[in-house]
Amino acid sequence: KEPPPGAEAYIPQRYPDNRIVSSKYTFWNFIPKNLFEQFRRIANFYFLVIFLVQLIIDTPTSPVTSGLPLFFVITVTAIKQGYEDWLRHKADCSINECPVDVVQRGKVARTQSHKLRVGDIVVVREDETFPCDLILLSSSRQDGTCYVTTASLDGESSHKTYYAIPDTMAFRTDQEVDSLHATIECEQPQPDLYKFVGRINIYKNKEEPVARPLGAENLLLRGATLKNTQHIYAVAIYTGMETKMALNYQSKSQKRSAVEKSMNAFLIVYLCILISKAVVNTVLKYAWQWSPDRDEPWYNHRTENERQRHVVVRAFTDFLAFTVLFNYIIPVSMYVTVEMQKFLGSYFITWDEEMFDEELGEGAQVNTSDLNEELGQVQYVFTDKTGTLTENNMEFIECCVDGNVYIPHAICNGQILSAASSIDMIDSSPGGYRREHEDLFFRALCLCHTVQVKEEETVDGIKKGIHQGRPTSFYISSSPDEVALVEGMKRLGYTYLRLKDNYMEILNKDDEIERFELLHVLNFDSVRRRMSVIVRASSGEYLLFCKGADSAIFPLVISGKVEQVKARVEQNAVEGLRTLCVAYKRLSESEYQEACRHLTDAKLALQEREQRLAEAYDVIERDFVLLGATAVEDRLQEKAADTIESLHKAGMKVWVLTGDKMETAAATCYASKLFRRSTQILELTKKRTEEQSLHDVLFELNRTVLRQRSISGLSVDCLDFGLIIDGATLSAVLTPKQDGGAGHGNYREIFLEICRNCSAVLCCRMAPLQKAQIVKLIKASKEHPITLAVGDGANDVSMILEAHVGIGIMGKEGRQAARNSDYAIPKFKHLKKMLLVHGHYYYIRIAELVQYFFYKNVCFIFPQFLYQFFCGFSQQPLYDTAYLTLYNISFTSLPILLYSLVEKHVTMETLKREPSLYRDIAKNSLLRWPVFLYWTCLGVFDAVVFFFGAYFLFDNTTFTSNGQMFGNWTFGTLVFTVLVFTVTLKLALDTHHWTWINHFVIWGSLLFYVIFSLLWGGIIWPFLNYQRMYYVFMQMLSSGPAWLSIILLITVSLLPDVIKKVLCRAMCPTATERAQSTPCPCLTVEPSTIFMLSQSSSRMSF
Amino acid sequence: MMASSYNAKEEDGHHSGPSSHGGAGAVKSKKPDNTAFKQQRLPAWQPILTAGTVLPAFFVIGLIFIPIGIGLYVTSNNIKEFEIDYTGVDVSSPCFSCAKNYSWDSTTSCTCSVNFTLEQPFESNVFMYYGLSNFYQNHRRYVKSRDDSQLNGDRSALTNPSKECEPYRTSEGQPIAPCGAIANSLFNDTLVLYHVDSNGTKISIPLAKKGIAWWTDKHVKFRNPGGNDNLTIAFQGTNKPVNWRKPVFELDPDDRDNNGFINEDFIVWMRTAALPTFRKLYRIIHKKSSSTPTLASGRYILDITYNYPVLSFDGRKRMILSTISWMGGKNPFLGIAYITVGSICFFLGVVLLIIHHKYDSRNSSADIPN
Repeated sequence: KEPPPGAEAYIPQRYPDNRIVSSKYTFWNFIPKNLFEQFRRIANFYFLVIFLVQLIIDTPTSPVTSGLPLFFVITVTAIKQGYEDWLRHKADCSINECPVDVVQRGKVARTQSHKLRVGDIVVVREDETFPCDLILLSSSRQDGTCYVTTASLDGESSHKTYYAIPDTMAFRTDQEVDSLHATIECEQPQPDLYKFVGRINIYKNKEEPVARPLGAENLLLRGATLKNTQHIYAVAIYTGMETKMALNYQSKSQKRSAVEKSMNAFLIVYLCILISKAVVNTVLKYAWQWSPDRDEPWYNHRTENERQRHVVVRAFTDFLAFTVLFNYIIPVSMYVTVEMQKFLGSYFITWDEEMFDEELGEGAQVNTSDLNEELGQVQYVFTDKTGTLTENNMEFIECCVDGNVYIPHAICNGQILSAASSIDMIDSSPGGYRREHEDLFFRALCLCHTVQVKEEETVDGIKKGIHQGRPTSFYISSSPDEVALVEGMKRLGYTYLRLKDNYMEILNKDDEIERFELLHVLNFDSVRRRMSVIVRASSGEYLLFCKGADSAIFPLVISGKVEQVKARVEQNAVEGLRTLCVAYKRLSESEYQEACRHLTDAKLALQEREQRLAEAYDVIERDFVLLGATAVEDRLQEKAADTIESLHKAGMKVWVLTGDKMETAAATCYASKLFRRSTQILELTKKRTEEQSLHDVLFELNRTVLRQRSISGLSVDCLDFGLIIDGATLSAVLTPKQDGGAGHGNYREIFLEICRNCSAVLCCRMAPLQKAQIVKLIKASKEHPITLAVGDGANDVSMILEAHVGIGIMGKEGRQAARNSDYAIPKFKHLKKMLLVHGHYYYIRIAELVQYFFYKNVCFIFPQFLYQFFCGFSQQPLYDTAYLTLYNISFTSLPILLYSLVEKHVTMETLKREPSLYRDIAKNSLLRWPVFLYWTCLGVFDAVVFFFGAYFLFDNTTFTSNGQMFGNWTFGTLVFTVLVFTVTLKLALDTHHWTWINHFVIWGSLLFYVIFSLLWGGIIWPFLNYQRMYYVFMQMLSSGPAWLSIILLITVSLLPDVIKKVLCRAMCPTATERAQSTPCPCLTVEPSTIFMLSQSSSRMSF
Repeated sequence: MMASSYNAKEEDGHHSGPSSHGGAGAVKSKKPDNTAFKQQRLPAWQPILTAGTVLPAFFVIGLIFIPIGIGLYVTSNNIKEFEIDYTGVDVSSPCFSCAKNYSWDSTTSCTCSVNFTLEQPFESNVFMYYGLSNFYQNHRRYVKSRDDSQLNGDRSALTNPSKECEPYRTSEGQPIAPCGAIANSLFNDTLVLYHVDSNGTKISIPLAKKGIAWWTDKHVKFRNPGGNDNLTIAFQGTNKPVNWRKPVFELDPDDRDNNGFINEDFIVWMRTAALPTFRKLYRIIHKKSSSTPTLASGRYILDITYNYPVLSFDGRKRMILSTISWMGGKNPFLGIAYITVGSICFFLGVVLLIIHHKYDSRNSSADIPN
């Protein structure tokens, strides 16, 4: 809306329209922009330069040899990107054109979403999604609130309450809303979903404007959905690409894998080799043709043009020509193959049936295929606890009232408890006093919560939820603990029915309905760590029930059996249960009024509302009578312990980062085998640092660790340290000391040193950002280990984004982690297969792919280099143009691509059974410089064998039985034939897993080479201006010695590699090689059974 | 709904799960197919290269290669080969004066005769080669300096040869046929062989000039332009290469069908050699009867019409007489190589056998750790 006159300091600003643009290109700029993007990649640019050089100067090979593959690569990529962009256009279009109701001139008009402008007043109805960021003006609900679910934004499925501005709250009709005259000042668009500061100035009847503060509780975000509210009026303030949602989805930074890094390093080496080869040849050329008889013998004159060129220009042209001749050493097809391998290979993850979860109905997801092989390189695993290690499926285990333990029987959430625990109600003769507390306790749990009851949802008239004998209504809440408690109560006989007209209805043990009037809810917050309700019973008495963390309740308690409850709570915590304490207090009428006054005052406060509310809560919540405590178990995920054990064996260090409290987290760690009984626990917690200084604690721990290491000598892996650190201590460790006194030094280094020697680390009481900090710290430590973060909630996103590989669990806490991750899996246990099997496979596949590509191109190009010494450094290519072009594209491309997709050097079962095999490929072991050097040397050796083998056979002798002679093209073809066969057979030797596809592709591509050569030489090709290959291949095959020498040379080339393999295997076999040679182990005990035993006993085991 | 729009924006939007492109009833069943390929469980043969498995292969290779090598070596040794250098570098050599006084524009050709003795008789067909050294037929500028369509009889290429032929493309305003450096430098020495019998009389040895070029070259790749009735007319409007004495259609005065582009000497020359030292088939001496050797032992005279200068680039010219077996000319390398590789394989087989015995027992006793 137009700013009213007199609004000072108004800087006119251009607002974007509400169009969402996620596409990169338009129809017009696609070709130039896409080409520009593609040629920004260094490899493509390199090939473009080579191509241009070939076009400009007279080079030994025709521009087709590099132009065609480049064109192919560029076209394929462009088509892929174009298609993806088209999809984006379509998606954008459907969103931009979805209808929106806007209030215009007192009427509701329907318009398209992209036509929305800042300042438009929008009507949103129930279950509709907000089209842009809006300020709530009024809602159909009396109190000016509306309920919203932001599941698609941050994954929280609970209903959140938003508030309308008090002054506009009363607007009911379109006309009223349209009459509003106001300006809104707000901050510039920023991506933080939970932060908003603004001010609305409402002008009424030419008075001074009324200013109201706006906060995040007034801001409805694009992408969120309106719930349980008929309709709302709201004004658009951020539109289009300025909405918080759009700002949040800006592309994340690209992660690069370690393999890619070493590939680039190898590439630089090869680039240097290429340039030095060209330089050497150029220099030798000019040295060699110093005498004019060599330079220009009578039979071979230059053209006049060439003669007139300056020698420097000629030398430079020669250099470029040599570069072009040898440029195949860096093959354009490597990039294509690597990308295809990653893209196609990632499908095996999505296809994996073992990683499919029936319950969720989903399998693993791959969000980026760039990091497949990084899964095989992980050294540190950072995992969240709740929802990742554990199910986040809370189960009510027991409650204790005044020290008497109640255990509900048998079934909860379809899971059967072990028989030992299904003893019903251990209590004995309840006395009157007890009876009273018991009743209060159960009522407290039934009343003190924010659970909503969802009535039987009808789908097509069929009542859902009837099956399995479940109740027709179920509970929903943002906190799974609350649901577990309410359900637990139900099993103990007290059913919470619903909230109706502010009356909470409970069905008690005797099937009577009790009604309590809900007066106030003192919401839960993480500072107080408790929540309360004030209700009025039917008897008229006011009751305040409070439940919260033990540490939040005990200080406020004035009576009750504190000792017994405390003991029970502590015991439960040690067993890994989540505990809550329940307390109550009776309020007299006057007390209630007093409390009411506090609350309303605070709620109506304009400034510092939060703080004042907190103060009011503090006043009200005190002098409790302790009733009892509850224990809820967050069950470990299926096979979590087995997975962690496997990861440990695979040489990974597992860190658990959690916001939970230390005792619970530690218990989970024991249950999940992160800490074993033999593990020596080092504590670095606030409790300890309060006793000693941080400095002393750190140094002492460091000494312990070092001493142990010196005792056990080299075998560092054997000893077992576990570290527990909490958030407060961690930030103390990480913050650099200002005072800089002697000895303070850098705690960071000492901390890292300790961590390095611990096999397991538990970080508890962590804030989300601290999780990312830890990951960053480890990432930056001097070994630069590869890190993996796995989590399920929005609080894990920062760490998922920070780690080299981020894995999201598709959990209960929404999709945000899964969406921001590189890979998403349904359960924690799938991590084992993901890393140990898929990661391992991908790594060996891509490592072989990269090494093999360099190898085969050394074999390819080095003979050409050698040939220059025998053709007067004239850049004469050894092979025909067709061979030069097709070598990488078709003769040798498919076998390695297939290898890199299906190779399995050991079976999946072995990989799963023996996690230690993962150590064999740790630290990029297959792509280290010695290995690279070996492959390159092998390539050079093979190239020398090809070239000099052919040279000595050709040397001044007849090759045929009819006395006729062969020329240079036959020579080249012989070398090339040996080359293609050797290179393909070398891959065949490396293949450990021969499926029919392998056979087909390997023998097929050799056959293709032969057929192609026969065809290529069999016809006078009319479109070619040279016929040099005519019948060359056939003539060669008709000669006996050619066959014999091909066989000989192939044998000689393959021999060293075979010998090396056999000797290495015999002398010092790696674990992988040993696993290969022991085909099928006899029956090993199923690890899952071991796990189940440990799972059930874990709670009592220590 | 909004989520789907952004999924495409992520780097690999193609399979980002259920929410994307969910319109087309994708909800049906997301359970992956249980096919052997998708589950990476295709039945496979899993060979492992161990000392045990490789051992037999090594022995077999050794046992096959050594006999082949011996066979090749013996065959190669049975081949008779005689080589004589007639460049005329030394003052003593008969062609010294020809070589010394060579000039391009001399009209009379210089001849010289070289005497030599064959110690052993050449039994089967004898192949006569000329050999050149230090002659870079594989120089890039040289290799590409030809026009294959012209040689294939293409009329337009005859009158307008390819640019590649420069600077041997035109002379005196007319296109050169055949154009290019290769054709221009056609080997034009004439070699005639006489046998001196016990009486001292010179008997001319018949030298066949047919069958020295590849059949496909002679009949398919090389063709004279137009109808080949009268080559003089067919080649009208073209000029002979600058270094040639006579035009291409008069290369062989004896045989009308051996002229023009299909002249076999020319075709042989046009197949550029791979290495700077090479030989090319010149003539074939066919065996006449089974009782007498093709070339008996004794004295021979080689008459050379010395036209081809090589001293300027320090080259050498040779005449080679050689018999041929199934495996071609004399080449001991292949036989030796086979014997060597065979023996190495055999030796390695023995070494591996020892290693196998030594380590295999150790491995089987040691269990897999972990």
